[in-house]
Amino acid sequence: MTAIAIVRLKDLFPLIMLSGIYSLLSSGFFVTMDAVDVAFTEAAVGAGISTLLLLVAITMTGRTEHPVRHKPILALVVVTITGGLLIYGTLDMPIFGSAQAPVHLHVAPRYINDSMQEVGVPNIVTSVLASYRGFDTFGEVVVIFTAGIGVLALLSVVPRPVTVAKINSLNHLLHEQHLILRIVSKTLLPFIMLFALYVQFHGDYGPGGGFQAGVIFAAAIILYTMLFGMITARRVINQSLIQVLAAIGVLLYGSIGVVSLLNGKNFLDYSILAGDPVAGQHLGILLIELGVGITVTSVMIIIFFNFAGRREYLQHLKKNNEGNNDTSC
Amino acid sequence: MGHYNYWIVIVLMMIGFYIVIAHGNLIKKIIGLGIFQTSVFILYISMANVDGGTAPIFAEGICQYSNPLPHVLILTAIVVGIATTALGLALTLRIKEAYGTIEEEEIQEKDNLDC
Repeated sequence: MTAIAIVRLKDLFPLIMLSGIYSLLSSGFFVTMDAVDVAFTEAAVGAGISTLLLLVAITMTGRTEHPVRHKPILALVVVTITGGLLIYGTLDMPIFGSAQAPVHLHVAPRYINDSMQEVGVPNIVTSVLASYRGFDTFGEVVVIFTAGIGVLALLSVVPRPVTVAKINSLNHLLHEQHLILRIVSKTLLPFIMLFALYVQFHGDYGPGGGFQAGVIFAAAIILYTMLFGMITARRVINQSLIQVLAAIGVLLYGSIGVVSLLNGKNFLDYSILAGDPVAGQHLGILLIELGVGITVTSVMIIIFFNFAGRREYLQHLKKNNEGNNDTSC
Repeated sequence: MGHYNYWIVIVLMMIGFYIVIAHGNLIKKIIGLGIFQTSVFILYISMANVDGGTAPIFAEGICQYSNPLPHVLILTAIVVGIATTALGLALTLRIKEAYGTIEEEEIQEKDNLDC
């Protein structure tokens, strides 16, 4: 399997490619296990965004791994013992695929049997995600938002002001290279974005939802940034606007909860939002999925922009240092 | 052979765990954590599977669905996972800037010299 190759490789570049393939394979596995929503997310996140982020990171850290000096035998022993104990533990687990396993007997029957009457959304995963366990999902969104803030705090640099003339000359220069790539991806971009919106608003009926849509939308913008350069992308996408949007997504989610609270129901109980409870649930799910989508998109864009911006900044520093050395000699 | 899915999960988990503890390169450690993470995802999704079941989306004429709850948990976990991975990478970059290396042992040596 791919994972074993990952252990052996010293060069980080093929390593990252392999980890992308590994993600794609595992998303294929999720499809065979009937978890279409999960497969969708894994394919977009694991094979797309995380591979990209790792690649940007190694451009700054160097791509070879130094050979380990200490003996890995101790680690191997620890790992084998842990694995052995866990395999011993699996012997008590119910047989794979058994419908009588305890997992399927607790809350799942309620979700499967009643969610059509209570929530009225065909995709059970969406109704559990957004309605039954809406509070959990709110927590997850806050975690993503916090990670975005963390990256911002660790890596943010103030972009240097760039003159219009410089941008034009840069654009001219870039037009010469990667012409085919640029034209093809320029044609693809609107479709990627349209697909993201479809995934966003069709999450009630098919696989999809705010998390996947957010990642796909962010991927479209990252593709644009990679092909047209940071400077152009910064002019198209306002950094501070994106930061405000990330917060607005979380606030939208939270405020839906507060609205239902003020109307005398529980936090995030949407049945009050419209006259008919099922319609209220629909509206609530749509709105919070929108909140999730906005936050995920903005956080992914923030993360990528800060990684790429840092890289630019470091190159700038290096160039300045070299310039200083030249004058001193 | 009813448990082979779980055994694959454990093997993947062992590989990930081994990378995390035996390798010094911080980026490689993060990739190892990713493998570890995926093995947990596979464990949950395998538990959600029901023989003869189908994807949990209502359709005419189907009465057996796989369990939607683990799907929800893992769906959000994947996106949170990428967010935390990004945070880890950001920390790695800052370490690289401060120490000039991302190998654990070299970082330790530099720390010892400072003391």
